[in-house]
Amino acid sequence: MSTQSNRAAARLMVAPSVILLFIWMIVPLAMTLYFSFRLYRLLSPERTGWVGFANYTWFIKSPDFWLAIFNTLALVGGVLIITVVLGTLIALLIDQPVKGQGILRILVIAPFFVMPPVAASIWKNLFMHPQNGLFASVSRAFGADPILYLENHPMLSVIGIVSWEWLPFATLILLTAMQSLSSEQLEAAEMDGATPFARFRYIILPHLTRAITVVVLIETIFLLGIFGEIFTTTQGGPGSASTTLPYMIFKQAIAAKDIGRAAAGGIIAVILANIVAVFLMRGIGRNLDA
Amino acid sequence: MARAVSPRRYWITTLAAWGVSLLIFFPVLWMILTSFKTEASAVASPPQLFTAEWTTQNYADVWARSDYPRFFWNSVVISVGSTLLGLAVAIPAAWSMAFVPGKKTKDLLMWMLSTKMMPGVAVLIPLYLLFQRTGLFDTKIGLVLALMLMNLPIIVWMLYTYFKEIPSEILEAARMDGASLWKEVVYVLTPMAVPGIASTLLLNVILAWNEAFWTITLTTTKAAPLSAFIASFSAPQGLFYAKLSAASTMAIAPILILGWFSQKQLVRGLTFGAVK
Repeated sequence: MSTQSNRAAARLMVAPSVILLFIWMIVPLAMTLYFSFRLYRLLSPERTGWVGFANYTWFIKSPDFWLAIFNTLALVGGVLIITVVLGTLIALLIDQPVKGQGILRILVIAPFFVMPPVAASIWKNLFMHPQNGLFASVSRAFGADPILYLENHPMLSVIGIVSWEWLPFATLILLTAMQSLSSEQLEAAEMDGATPFARFRYIILPHLTRAITVVVLIETIFLLGIFGEIFTTTQGGPGSASTTLPYMIFKQAIAAKDIGRAAAGGIIAVILANIVAVFLMRGIGRNLDA
Repeated sequence: MARAVSPRRYWITTLAAWGVSLLIFFPVLWMILTSFKTEASAVASPPQLFTAEWTTQNYADVWARSDYPRFFWNSVVISVGSTLLGLAVAIPAAWSMAFVPGKKTKDLLMWMLSTKMMPGVAVLIPLYLLFQRTGLFDTKIGLVLALMLMNLPIIVWMLYTYFKEIPSEILEAARMDGASLWKEVVYVLTPMAVPGIASTLLLNVILAWNEAFWTITLTTTKAAPLSAFIASFSAPQGLFYAKLSAASTMAIAPILILGWFSQKQLVRGLTFGAVK
């Protein structure tokens, strides 16, 4: 059906998107790569020059580096696990015949409309604040000392906040996928005496594979760059307990004003993102006959 | 999956579903309630779910203290503008990927998505410098461009999954009748794809509205949208819970209302081809 001229026209129609994205990717990346081999400190602009891999070795030997890598992966992995598992459970629950399903969907989707700085500051102040937060009041009501969430459990707190933000997304995609499952199949299984668990394991879960793939893919893209939530809540602390790779780069660029080292960190972050992308494509890409 | 269940089970699941949903919604509800309290009752111990003295004073204070209409207008222009521009670039691309797929189409799509994996912080300085030198810094045009490019992969992917569901026989029929490529896109494909385009538009307006990294770092005052508005309120200036809640509610209310009203279209659009 597609003639030669049609193919040429089709290529022409893809071209603007590809060219724009390529420029958008390659120009900042090339500049970052250039800076990463330069001595470039805003506090001493008169000293410049090539420094080889010095910025990279500084970054990798920095005591925070491996912790930051670990925290970045923990944030991505933690939020993925929480949102997919809870999302599946909540979708299963809402998918049952219940009263007011429409309103339930409106309630569950709400966090998705809350911009990250608002979400972070609400959780930090109204809920997790050690004196005035709601959690502290609840602890006191039970006669317990308030838990210092952001001070003593900074990474878990950040994972919790980000999970709350992304739970609606996972729940709604999984719910839509469940609703496309024909009920005859489930009823037949039920009549054959399949337990609820068996029905979930052998009918519902396989049906959800594609939806879970999409959730994991989209969330990973956004989670790898999470920055604002940490900036608003813990500022990467206490110490560097909740410093992720993006936050570590930010500290070099803005606090230390060392553009060269920040750029080296940026390139490392890009490499990490690529490694994660390769694992993602290998692991789940085949579920996605895009 | 509407199946008949016993009344007892119906009410238990209803109760459980409502409990869980209210729990997820509670932080938003608590924020809205707090925004109508006095500062004293906002931090009262034990906490008051409802207060004796509701007030709208916080909203009046926030309104007087900052130029909310300007932030609001910037948010509207940036989120709608970047989405419309993105659709204009993405529709032809998604069309050709869906109907004239090549061997590399899937790889191209994945490459587009992978450009989004680059953490914003990693390229902050270069983009900041580029925006400064080209005069795009702190302009609405600059942010429209940045957010358009940021969301373009998502827009292309969503449209692609919709377009693929349109049977190509219809297009062939149009072609047989002598419709040109352009006419095919405008008169045949676009009307059929309107629901998909609407969902894509909605989701991307929301994503752009809630974007809070580039919108804060690439603006100072002129082009600053609501994300910057709220960032100025969380700056350390003593904790005023009621005012903070009022400002937060003002920042999210427009998109919350839009989202709730268009919930059906949005949810349908959120599947990214996950549902066959």
